[in-house]
Order: sequence, then structure tokens, then C-alpha cells
Amino acid sequence: MTEPQGRAPASPASPVDVAGSPAGPDAPGAAAPRPAPPPATRLSRLGEVPHLGLVAALALLAVVGLVTVPDTFASASNLVGILSLAATIGVITVGATFVIIGGGIDLSVGAVMALASVWATTLATQSYGPLIMIVCAVLVGAGAGLVNGLLIAYGRLVPFIATLAMLVAARGLAQRMSDRRTQLVQQGNQAIVDLSTTRVLGVPVLVYIFAVVVAAGWVLLNRTTFGRRTYAVGGNPEAARLAGIDVRRHTMWLYALSGLCCGIAAVLIMARTTTGSSTHGDLYELDAIAAVIIGGTLLTGGRGSIVGSILGLLIFTVITNLFILNGLNTSDQLIAKGLIIVVAVLLQRRSLRSPT
Amino acid sequence: MSAVTPLLQMKGIVKRFPGVRALDGVDLEVLPGEVHCLLGQNGAGKSTLIKVLAGAHRPDEGVVTLGGEEVRPASPIDAIRLGISTIYQELDLVDGLTVAQNVFLGHEPSRLGFVGRSEVGRATRGLLTRLGHGEIRPGTEVGRLSPAAKQVVSMARALSRDTRLIVMDEPSAALAHDEVANLFRIIRELTAQGVAVIYISHRLEEIREIGDRVTVLKDGRTVAVGLPAKTTPTGEIVSLMTGRSVEHVFPPRPAPGSHEGRPEVLRVEDLAVPGVLSGVSFSVRAGEIVGLAGLVGSGRSEIIEAVYGARRFTGNVLLEGRPVGRGGTGRTVRLGMGLAPEERKSQALLLDQSVTRNISLAGLGRYSRLGWLDRRREAADARSLVERLDVRPGDPDRPVKTLSGGNQQKVVLARWLLNERRLLLLDEPTRGVDVGARAELYAVIRELADSGIGVLLVSSEVPEVLGLADRVLVIREGTVIHQGDARDLDEHRVLDMIMEGGAL
Ligand SMILES: Nc1ncnc2c1ncn2[C@@H]1O[C@H](COP(=O)(O)OP(=O)(O)OP(=O)(O)O)[C@@H](O)[C@H]1O
Ligand SMILES: [Mg+2]
Repeated sequence: MTEPQGRAPASPASPVDVAGSPAGPDAPGAAAPRPAPPPATRLSRLGEVPHLGLVAALALLAVVGLVTVPDTFASASNLVGILSLAATIGVITVGATFVIIGGGIDLSVGAVMALASVWATTLATQSYGPLIMIVCAVLVGAGAGLVNGLLIAYGRLVPFIATLAMLVAARGLAQRMSDRRTQLVQQGNQAIVDLSTTRVLGVPVLVYIFAVVVAAGWVLLNRTTFGRRTYAVGGNPEAARLAGIDVRRHTMWLYALSGLCCGIAAVLIMARTTTGSSTHGDLYELDAIAAVIIGGTLLTGGRGSIVGSILGLLIFTVITNLFILNGLNTSDQLIAKGLIIVVAVLLQRRSLRSPT
Repeated sequence: MSAVTPLLQMKGIVKRFPGVRALDGVDLEVLPGEVHCLLGQNGAGKSTLIKVLAGAHRPDEGVVTLGGEEVRPASPIDAIRLGISTIYQELDLVDGLTVAQNVFLGHEPSRLGFVGRSEVGRATRGLLTRLGHGEIRPGTEVGRLSPAAKQVVSMARALSRDTRLIVMDEPSAALAHDEVANLFRIIRELTAQGVAVIYISHRLEEIREIGDRVTVLKDGRTVAVGLPAKTTPTGEIVSLMTGRSVEHVFPPRPAPGSHEGRPEVLRVEDLAVPGVLSGVSFSVRAGEIVGLAGLVGSGRSEIIEAVYGARRFTGNVLLEGRPVGRGGTGRTVRLGMGLAPEERKSQALLLDQSVTRNISLAGLGRYSRLGWLDRRREAADARSLVERLDVRPGDPDRPVKTLSGGNQQKVVLARWLLNERRLLLLDEPTRGVDVGARAELYAVIRELADSGIGVLLVSSEVPEVLGLADRVLVIREGTVIHQGDARDLDEHRVLDMIMEGGAL
């Protein structure tokens, strides 16, 4: 379905110009693609088409919300609530998208976030004030991610195993540090909590942080050499290596980036819950991976987009919201989510099959 | 000729892809027991036509008759049941399975649902021996084999079935000279039994040797049917294919010895890779093209890989006096080397991505300011390279996997033309490239050398090495057995040395 729309404009170019080429091989090739604008629009349209389904699904859910709970669903406070809820996993999803496009997987995201939140809320850290708490959370996240990256890239561990080990170990360490107690953000460090309570134009600051991370992730993936290399490393590691890309080092940075996102997510969860806890982020890895897959990123790497992942996540969050607003039970909600994953992957497979 | 009823007739076949009419009314007629050659430029539609025949693509229009009956193979299995076996241009083996499992994939001899393992092994060994490659073990994982060996396995697979028609899409591209001879022997055996063969190749001399009749495609249309393969003048075939006359000549070389005074770009001293290479020493001067001739498996590709830092070695490799060391390909690329590897699909291309992105892959640094990509300049450079190498279709935004084989090869070359290189390593640069484009590529390679770059060239086609290179190294069993000016050698001498090792 993507192809005919994406490339239709090219149709007259090739057969016609080749047929008229007795004079010289270069001239027709040069003449045909001359009009500069079409390739650009074609490319951007190609990029958008896969998200069309996601946007449609989101719109459908919105309609369901408007019909079933007309007063509450569309209220400003509910919409803001959805975004606040999405923000934490959303930040993690950005990192997960990079790792998965790069051909890997990170199961440790929830645990690393929990560890970062605990480390940042110990009495010792809290005594340095909110800024140091934030720095601490981000560094712990990035550090754990870097360890993942080193193990996978240079220790040659399978990503699944390495990050599974990190999942277990990070949770353990978080429990140890906190003595399994929930650590409150202290009075003097309210600035952290303010991130969720202070509103600008009616929207909490943490939603802006989420938006900034998404924007930065998009730019990094689509406009920089780092992003290009991520696609190459995930799509064909051997070709990337022979083209002179340091595949191992790049892989390492991808996991560090994912960890960094977990650190930022830890700050958001501290703001929202006013606590640091070893139980934060349980099963976040599954939500993040599911969002990435629904968003059209291939688990085998080499293909995918940030926008898709975020749309996938919003679909998930809106479903949760609708179930809660309609007073339905959470088990049904899980079943619905499971079905959506299956449908999304089936659709993905179909769109993959069309080109030979 | 017309007295015999044709085995296969394809009439008015049309196949459209989004944006292209790959086939636009193609006719093909194959007689039983003949070798029918299919010729055409890169992108003419040869592979698409045989994929229609093999049930891998469904035609939009047209009729296929096999043995007088109309058939519509809807899937590869259908086609196999009809007695059509296909060896695809892009190998389609499963890397994780063994040789034997691949050969019998989909038609394992079984008893009560259990695969007869020993039987499969025995039958596979028999087929491989018949193909002259008894040394390939049926139990080896296919992923570990060289491209040439994979080609042999793919052929064994085609032979393992009962067939009336075998289609071979550029089977010789991955084979060395003596292996091609072997292939021809098998083709003759098959045709003697009444099996028809459709043979696709860009090497006209092969068509002359093995072919009976020729059908020429151009831009998805049949432009000539049933030409006699042995007697039709080359000029006529080429002008049918290309619509123009191509002077299929190598670009002029600088006078012998004119590189003497130039600086050495590459110096290799005592290069060794355990079990593969030993004591390899040579140098490449600026502006010089050095060709490596040898059999597949003689160590040519390994020399290139070691020089490029993609393989561990002992000895010294110096690029402009600086040791390449252990920095891997990242370092060699930074120092100014470029490699066009042997197997483009698995080693060079990001198949899902656009031509532009594939071209710029190794040169992203050029377009980056603090990591930020200048996409406009990237697109402009890609566009001009697509024009310069005449990649067709000339749309740089098209995913590389939708290009024909030869055009994909041009994209790989374009990657290294983009960057200013000091040394280019070309492993089979014209594999699958048509006659017209070949001449253009030769000219481009010579032009690059003239601009002061050193070029190290590997090719299984001895005439190519002799025609293009200034100096030739003959490799046998991992050692250099001869080094000398290309003009002092002829094809026979080189072949003798390659096979017997009769060095001077
Ligand atoms: N899956 C596809 N989607 C879109 N276009 C395609 C696809 N496969 C082939 N084409 C186009 O169809 C045309 C014919 O390609 P084909 O592979 O049949 O050429 P060929 O004659 O085999 O060339 P070569 O000698 O280079 O192998 C080309 O223009 C190619 O780009
Ligand atoms: Mg082809």
C-alpha cells in the first residue's frame, strides 16, 4: 500500500528515457530526474504513509472515547493526564527505538530507571539538592546503559542475555540501596516535584521534557550521522563494518543512549510519584518494546521511526485511559493490548511482503 | 528448427512494479534440449522474466505454455512441480542450514515423515561430485561457504529435482574459469538428456560457447528472438541490447614503467593469514592498477580483506608509509582505503534503504558538521554519481533492492567514487554488469587511477585483469607465483600458471 503512492511520480521517467537513448547514455538520465521538488515530497510522503494507520487507530480510539465518555474524555485535564502518563515510558521508548533499529534489544530499561530513582533519592544524594539529584539519576542511567553496551559490543554477549542480567542486577541493587523502602523526595527538594505540578499554558513541565526528548531523538535519528549509522548497523552490520563504521562502538553508544533515557525517565517518575523506589518501572520494558513494534520498527533492526514509536505508545496510553474512564477491569485492558500487538505485527508483515 | 514443438512459450508477458514496467510485452520460445540465452542490459528485465516463469512473480498480462499446455505457476513450488528449476541471480540459500539440508529443502526424501538423513547426505555428495566439487561437505553450514561454493550448492539444488527446464540467472558470475568449464560440461549433459536450459550471462564469449539460440531484451521488450548464438556478430548483439554501438575496449594505459617514479600508495610485506596466505609481498604505486589473478579460493579475496583490515594477518601493510595496524576497517577507511566487496547483497548494501543512503554510507563524515547531516549536499552528490555511472532507473530515492543486479553493483562503486580515496580495492567490480556499462566502469576506474589513486583489482575474468591492470600478480594457493607487467602476459600463460603453477 505504501509503494504505489510513494513512487507513482517516477513512473514515466525510466522506460521513456531509456528508450530514447541512442544518442548517448548520460543525457537522458540527466534530464529525467531534473525537477528537484518531487523527490523530496516523495520521500517525506513515503515516511508518513506508515504512520497513517497509527493515526487512524488513535483517531478511532478518540471517537470511542467521545462516544462512551463524552464529558470526561475530551476534557483538558484528561488529555493532560494522558500525556503525563505517557511521558515516563515515552522517554524510555525513544531510547528503545534506537536500540531496536540498531538491531538490539534492551530489557533492562524499567529496572535501570528504578535504580536511578533510588540512587537519586538516597539521603546522601538528596543532601546536595535537586540539581545533583537530577544529574545523579541521569548518570546512573547512562552508566548502566554503558555497561550493557560494553558487555554486548565488546564482551560479545547476546543483547537479550546481557540486558536480562542487567534487569535482575539493577533491581537487586536498587532494593539493597533502599532497603526495599520507598524513599520520599524531601521538602527541600520540592523543585523535583514541581516538574509535575508546575504548569505552563496548562501543561505540566514534565510533558515538555518528554516533548524535548522526542524532538531530540527525532533529530538525532533523522538528521545526524549517528542516526544514519544506527540504521546501517541494524540493517546490515557486515556492510556497515566494510564501509568503515565502527559497529561495536556504535552499538555500545546505542545502549548508553537507552540508559540515558532511563535516567531522564527516573527524574520524571520521581516528579510524578514524589518517590524513588525499587519497584518503579515494573514491566516498562514490555510496554516500551510493544510501543516500538506497534510503531512499525522491525525487531530485526534497520527500519523504524521515532514518530511511529510515540504513536504506538499513545495508542497504548489512550486504551488504558478509556478502560479506566469506562470503569472496565484491568485484565480486559491487558487482553486488548495483547490483541493490538498481534494486529500491528500482522499488518507490519504484510507491508513487508509486498516488495520482493 | 521450427519443426520441433517448443517446450516453453511465453507470449506478451507484462509485469509492472510500482513506478516501472519491468516487462512490457516479452516473448520467449525455448525448444527441448537447447541452451537458450537471454541477453540484455542491466535492468532490461531478464531476472524479472525468469521470476515470472519460476512463479516468484505473477505476470500482469501474458500467457505461458509449457509442453503445449497453458500454465500459471502461482508460487515457486508450483513451478518446481511443473519441472522448472531456477538458480537465481541473488542466491537464495538458508545460511543456518547445512549444505545437504539446503539442497533438499522442500523435497526431502522421507519415510513416514522422517527425513532420511543418510540418504540426503549421500545424494548431496553425489550431486556435488558430479558438479566437480566433492570437497564441499554436505554437513557444512552454508553460511560458512564462499560465494562460489554457495553457487555450486545452489546448482546442486536445481539438479536434485526432476526437471524439464533449468533456468540459470548469471550462474557464472561467481565462478572461476575452470569452474565455468565444469558448468558447461553439466549443461551439455543435461541438454543431451533433452532438458532445456535458459542461460543468462553478460559474458558474450560464454554465450558463443554454450548457447544455441539467443533472445535479446531491451527495456522490458523483446527486440530479437531466436538469433543463432554462435554466428550472430557481436556488434549486432550489442547494438540490439544497448541501442547503440559500444566499443568494448579497455581504456588506454600509460606507457610501461611510467609509474616507476611515483610514490607507493600501498606496500605489503610478508603478509600471511594462517592456512590461507603466506609470504605475500607487493606494492601499488599512485596511479597504478594492480590486478590479482587466480582461482577462486586461491587467496585473492583474503589479500584484499587483510589489506582492508577486515581480517587478521601477520606481516606489514603500509598505506602511504603508515602501518595499517590493528585498527580494523574504521582505521583503513580513515586512512583512505575503499573496498567494493565480492558479495554485494550481504557485504555492501543496505537493501531497504535508498540509493542515496547507500552511496553516502562510507562518506557520512563529508556531510557532517558536528554530526549534523547536510542532506541537500548528500542528495546532490548521489544524484550526480547516479548520472555519471548511468544507474537505471536514475532515481536516487528508490530502495536499492528494487534495482537490477548490475545496477546495484554500480551503487557500490559509487560509494567509493564519492570519497577521495588513496587506494581502492575492487573485488569483482564488474560482476553482473552489462557490456555497455562495463566499458564505462573500466573508463571510470582508469580515470580514477590517472587522478593518482592506487587500485587493487580482483577479477575471475582473466581478460579483464589483463586488459585493465598495469601490473598483474598471479596468485596460487596463497602465494604470489608471478609479478609482472600486464602487457607481457596473455590469457593462456596466466591460465597455465593459475592451474599448474608453472611460474617463470
Ligand atoms: N521488486 C521490484 N520492485 C520495483 N522494481 C523492480 C523490482 N524488481 C525489479 N525491478 C525493476 O525492474 C527492472 C528489471 O529488473 P531485472 O532485475 O529484471 O533486470 P535484469 O535484466 O535482470 O538486470 P541485471 O542484468 O542487472 O541483473 C529494473 O528497472 C528494476 O529496477
Ligand atoms: Mg538480473
